Amino acid sequence: MASSSSSSSSFSSSVGDRAQGLAARARSVRFPLAAPSWPTAVERPDPERKIGLDYDHEWSRRYPVRLARAVFMDNITRPLARVLAPPTVRGLEHLRHLDGPVIFAANHASHIDTPLLLTTLPVELRHHTVVAAASDYFFDRKWKSIMWSFALAAIPIERSKVNRRSADTAVELIKDGWNLVIFPEGGRSPDGWTQPFHPASAAYLAHRTGRPVIPVFLHGTRHVLPKTPEDSGLPPGGSGTESRRGGRLRRAPISVLFGAPLSLDEGENTRRFSGRVEAAVATLAREVDGDWWQARRSVSAVDPVEGAETAHLGPEAPAWRRSWALDGRPSDRGHTSWPE
Amino acid sequence: MSRRPGFVLEVDKSTPPTLFWNGEGFTLETLPEGSRVIYAPEPMKALDDPYGAIRHALLHPVGDRDPLPALLHAGMKLTICFDDISLPLPPMESPDIRQMVIETVLDMAADAGVDDVMLIAALALHRRMTEDELRHALGDRVYDAFAPHGLLTQHDAEDPDNLIFLGQTEAGEDIEINKRAATSDLLIYVNINLVAMDGGHKSVATGLASYRSLRHHHNPQTMQHSRSFMDAPASELHSSNWRMGRFIAEAGVKIFQIETTLNTDTFPSSFAFLQKREWEWNVRDRATYAATSKSLRAAPPRLARQIFHSIESPHAMTSVQAGEVEAVHAITTENVWKQQGVDVQGQTDILTLGLPYICPYNVNSIMNPILVACLGLGYFFNLYRGKPLVRQGGVLILRHPTRPEFHPGHHPSYIDFYEQVLTQTVDPVAIHKQFEESFATDPWYIHLYRTGHAYHGVHPFYMWYWCAHALEHLGRVIIVGGDPKAVRRLGFSPASSLNDALELASDVVGPSPTLTHLHAPPIMMADVH
Repeated sequence: MASSSSSSSSFSSSVGDRAQGLAARARSVRFPLAAPSWPTAVERPDPERKIGLDYDHEWSRRYPVRLARAVFMDNITRPLARVLAPPTVRGLEHLRHLDGPVIFAANHASHIDTPLLLTTLPVELRHHTVVAAASDYFFDRKWKSIMWSFALAAIPIERSKVNRRSADTAVELIKDGWNLVIFPEGGRSPDGWTQPFHPASAAYLAHRTGRPVIPVFLHGTRHVLPKTPEDSGLPPGGSGTESRRGGRLRRAPISVLFGAPLSLDEGENTRRFSGRVEAAVATLAREVDGDWWQARRSVSAVDPVEGAETAHLGPEAPAWRRSWALDGRPSDRGHTSWPE
Repeated sequence: MSRRPGFVLEVDKSTPPTLFWNGEGFTLETLPEGSRVIYAPEPMKALDDPYGAIRHALLHPVGDRDPLPALLHAGMKLTICFDDISLPLPPMESPDIRQMVIETVLDMAADAGVDDVMLIAALALHRRMTEDELRHALGDRVYDAFAPHGLLTQHDAEDPDNLIFLGQTEAGEDIEINKRAATSDLLIYVNINLVAMDGGHKSVATGLASYRSLRHHHNPQTMQHSRSFMDAPASELHSSNWRMGRFIAEAGVKIFQIETTLNTDTFPSSFAFLQKREWEWNVRDRATYAATSKSLRAAPPRLARQIFHSIESPHAMTSVQAGEVEAVHAITTENVWKQQGVDVQGQTDILTLGLPYICPYNVNSIMNPILVACLGLGYFFNLYRGKPLVRQGGVLILRHPTRPEFHPGHHPSYIDFYEQVLTQTVDPVAIHKQFEESFATDPWYIHLYRTGHAYHGVHPFYMWYWCAHALEHLGRVIIVGGDPKAVRRLGFSPASSLNDALELASDVVGPSPTLTHLHAPPIMMADVH
């Protein structure tokens, strides 16, 4: 027993030594194998930006890449998504008779939202849809830009401010026949509750292109891939009692609900239309725990903008109460995602 | 983005190792902190329409010359001379500038009904060009139209029947040049100005001259008083050529000079790293460097040489001007400086240079030890205006393998110069006095020069004289990585590494010297203040 323990400890120490040796060798790699250092006396020019909004993603829509993405999505991403997050999908009938491209406007709680949404789309839409992704997160490295452009047909958009260039790109693609997935909140919800929709998002694109918006509600995705503690704004270290489980995949069921297409009414401005889209998503949220009629009745349809439906935004209360109201007691979980 | 000018970097802790050429290869050296590295200006933009620019230059000459079509007429005797294989370096991608200019000139001559046209390669005492080299320089169309009829020739400085003695300058310099060129109704000279030394009166007075003429300025005294020979106003070599050129003009030789300048886009994109500043090397540059330097080190020198000599430069024309020699050359020199000039403040105790695989005299050939000395102490040392980069009594450190290898067909007299002359003395003045005449008049060397592809018997002497200013100026010359025996034969000190060389140099310049590295090629000219 003693000898087995000593041999296992010597094995682990030799592995450790080897790993340290490799690390030391990696550190000792010098120019030209490693990147050159920059002389102090020389001013660094602004790097030629080829990532972020400047990333050239045109390649990701060429036919061979689309074919490869379709194979990848149907044979790898979709089966994995089904295992990891078995979905309940409702409202697919709204997508059956679409004539031309549409804009999918969804709530956003997790990075996993996009692949889960894409994999629940009917096949004729799934492979002809691009995703508006935050340029500062998904396109901040070359490798990430390539990966997301390939896997999700992502295009970079500016989420911190209105950017004509990224909007123009999205408009061109929609006019070119591509469906677009966009998250009008501009980022993932910090606490699970929906944030107000930006009018300069789905509504603006609908206004520019004349194409309808399909409201989408994703439920439960934040349990599949929660935000990391850093994403949630928790300071490093902390008291030690915060949840550090964010950023890891966990198996959990989800629901994806598609609403009826919404188009701008004559004379309707984008702000008002954005409110209507937001209200439609809120209605879908209520359908998770009930049926369409109940949901429809509980949401005021009289004036979708003037505060008729704000329940999906959560109570104006301290953080713990918002969380409490969102998740509720375990026994009430099934009824608390979108409280009455 | 606009072109970046030349740049002097002060080496600090963050400076990556610096590229040094090392013959048919390169290496990275870590320079001491506080050293300076001089980087060449980026290549100028090429002319958008070179043929259009050439035509414009011929139709709008400068100085006291009529447009070329007005100088051409039926029944005239026209001779077109052009620079030989020594320019440009490396040889440029087709079409060569000479081809573009000569085709345009011939179009005009044909329009004017000129029948008597002769093309002459202005070799001076250089080796004759091969058919392939001529075809590359002139293009197949020109070659096939003239060579089969004996109308494309190469200047023969030892052909008494085709030389003409025009007289002596006021300084007593004999002027003997190509007879056909001198007796033509119009002599058109097509030049490539790679460096500021080229062109002007030197084109005809040197390129078409005989030994009898050349000896007046190709000698140690002239070279010691050419400071530098890249700066014509301060160059005795140029003063002599200008005296001769004016004499030739006064003797009635009508010259229409066409001069061109090139940008410093020296290496093809596969070797892009050779023209970049090291801290700007991208992954591809680093991978190319690592792969090529390693494989070149493993390759036999002969193979490495073949690889390098197959490189054709993407050089592009930045200007073309035509007309009277001096008026043309003034514009040309200005354009060369625009491309190559770098301001440098103050001299240095030690100048380091990595020498490449090529100099003007070993195109498609071998860089023998004498040419190594000539390239380092003759050409690179003289790439200055004002003051030499290295101070009087300073040290020059070169990096080159300096193998005692010679091309027996191209450089036969170099072999004897190396074995018989340098074993006696390395002093240019003594060599000039004791040995020059016997080599210059040796019938075997003359025979090889006239019938083969050999440099003239006296040519290695000229290469050594090229070093005369540097030899007089420097306290010591060290060659890093060179064959020790060959390096000592040249009168220099061998060192196995840069650190060893710096140790050796400290004997001459003290323990804390200043050091400057000239990051060439690409070619640049240091304007030392």
